[in-house]
Amino acid sequence: MHVISAENISKKYIIDHQGTKKSSSLRDAFSNTFEQFFSSKNGQAHSKEKEEFWALKDVSFNISQGDRIGIVGHNGAGKSTLLKILSRITDPTTGQVSIDGRVASLLEVGTGFHPELTGRENIFLNGAILGMDKGEIRKSFDAIVDFAGVEKFLDTPVKRYSSGMYVRLGFAIAAHLEPEIMIIDEVLAVGDAEFQKKCLGKMRDVSESGRTLLFVSHNLTAIQALCNKSFYFEKGRLVDQGETSHIVTTYLSRVSQKKLERQWDSPESAPGNEEIKVKSLKLIPEYIDNLYHIDVRTPMAVQFEFWNMVEDANLNLSLHLYSYTGECIFNVGTQSKPFARGIISGVLEIPGHFLNDGSYMISIMVVRDTSTVIYNMEEALTFDIEDYRENVTWYGKWPGYIRPKLNFTMSQTEFVVND
Amino acid sequence: MASHYRITIKAGGSEKDYWKDLWRNKQLLWILSKRDISVRYKQTLLGIAWSVIRPLMTMLIMAVVFSLIAKLPPDPGIPYPLMILGGLTIWTFFSNSFSQISNSIVLNSNLVSKVYFPRLLMPLSAVSVGFIDFLISLVLFIGLGLYYQYPPSINIVFLPFFILLTFLCSLGFGLFFAVINVRFRDIGQLIPFIVQIGMYLCPIAYSTRLVLLEKPAYYKYYIMNPAVGIIDGFKWCLLGDNAYFDPASLYSTLIVSVLALLLSVMYFRKKENTFVDYI
Repeated sequence: MHVISAENISKKYIIDHQGTKKSSSLRDAFSNTFEQFFSSKNGQAHSKEKEEFWALKDVSFNISQGDRIGIVGHNGAGKSTLLKILSRITDPTTGQVSIDGRVASLLEVGTGFHPELTGRENIFLNGAILGMDKGEIRKSFDAIVDFAGVEKFLDTPVKRYSSGMYVRLGFAIAAHLEPEIMIIDEVLAVGDAEFQKKCLGKMRDVSESGRTLLFVSHNLTAIQALCNKSFYFEKGRLVDQGETSHIVTTYLSRVSQKKLERQWDSPESAPGNEEIKVKSLKLIPEYIDNLYHIDVRTPMAVQFEFWNMVEDANLNLSLHLYSYTGECIFNVGTQSKPFARGIISGVLEIPGHFLNDGSYMISIMVVRDTSTVIYNMEEALTFDIEDYRENVTWYGKWPGYIRPKLNFTMSQTEFVVND
Repeated sequence: MASHYRITIKAGGSEKDYWKDLWRNKQLLWILSKRDISVRYKQTLLGIAWSVIRPLMTMLIMAVVFSLIAKLPPDPGIPYPLMILGGLTIWTFFSNSFSQISNSIVLNSNLVSKVYFPRLLMPLSAVSVGFIDFLISLVLFIGLGLYYQYPPSINIVFLPFFILLTFLCSLGFGLFFAVINVRFRDIGQLIPFIVQIGMYLCPIAYSTRLVLLEKPAYYKYYIMNPAVGIIDGFKWCLLGDNAYFDPASLYSTLIVSVLALLLSVMYFRKKENTFVDYI
């Protein structure tokens, strides 16, 4: 029996390209209408500024009772939009979904917690928001408090809670919901190891009791541990579904098929200026275990080629690596050397076991006489590094931008002698 | 058992069980109201005393300005401060409800974007704080009445009707603004202004009788203001037949309230599933 069946659901957003004029105030709405009214002939120009964006496009699937579905895909693939539609937070633009059973969705831990209210009051508030009635909350109140480990702080306003306590309390409430269908978005990214183990255990209980689970995570290890089936989303489309192990393999290999190379055939078509023209940019991973994806272990080389159009130029290269959020992780440069006209190539080796999992951007600068930037290519290459761990039962996001393998040892230096 | 909760999600919302769903969530309504009330005076020194101080001070200042300085006449036999407090009590209930409802969706945006429940619960629960203030102000009013030896008249049996009417009227206008507020935050600026203007357009600091006597030509327009019927009616309930109340002023109140409520509920229902896309 299908508990969820979705038929051709799509979700469209309109993106405004009017810069600061977002018409988020009435005055703008009026003046825009006014302008449009008087410039009806060239109304084309206006409509171009608004772009349609399909966050989800023609997605259909069926989910049977007791399925544990993992949802994978990159940022912007439509995972969160799907969860929002299934949780009834937003409407699909077209298509429909039928859901059989009570749904509890956990898109955020501690939704609706009021900072001024005590832990006790917030349990009732949050429980009610998540759809529990008073009787149910009372019944599981002790279990919630116990699970979260906040007995001592029950009558303290949650604004005085540590972020860990806050998250634990939030998850504990959600974990004691008894819906037929549970939707969870990336909540394991928080909390300490022990608590995460508890959460995963709880989620496993949920699925074993015949309830249906939908789980979005960037953490493939957690998805593999928990889900029997998976959906893979790319650019708003459901591109593959099936057994989790199969989907995870597909997902990882698709990731590395992403363009890690850019090249131009002739200086005329290439980006650059009178002094230099870019010929090619390549990220060359040294794959491990015949797995065609980049994970934290994979060594990589960044290769950059350009045409030098100036005789006797004293040049050097400078490379910046940025995190996806735009923070610079490092900047390295080559020695400055004189070059004749022709093709010049530079290679930077990035070792394995160095960068943490995540998305990264590289920008490359060509510098003359060690001080003048003659060409700067922003976001020259972008790439993702997947997570990989061994012998670790902790599924949280590994903190930090780099994850170096350093010599870190421990040994017993003294024994307690029993007498 | 599962079929009990069968739902279909499609563009335009799931219409069928909306009101049933709303009823099923009555506990949430209660809890949201309780939340608003209990956080109201957190970290204040005077706490609930504010609900007493505010109407009393406003009443005192108005009494000084309009009675002592401007020497406006009250309704026959009614002490001026009592007349003001009457109007103020019901007007404050209306204006608080109206502005809280208008801001309810935006203030709860964290809920709107993360969890589903019938969105109408937010504006409905927003009335709670204003209602508590109203009850306190009402007790003050009755107390002041006793002090002036003006106990509530027998007309008080109509009081629930006027309270309900005030609520419906504020809901009718508030819902409409609540929806627009999601898209255009100008509403947040506009509302205090409307409330301030409204205070002078309504018979609070003066009696409607004054309008009838001084500017009879404008009287029929004056009573078209739906708040006039409510305010005069409320004062009539508590102060008796000495207080000026023209039942004709209720026509506009009833027509406008019912119409506004119907239209704005329809508008709200139409837009509620898109709140999250604009908030």
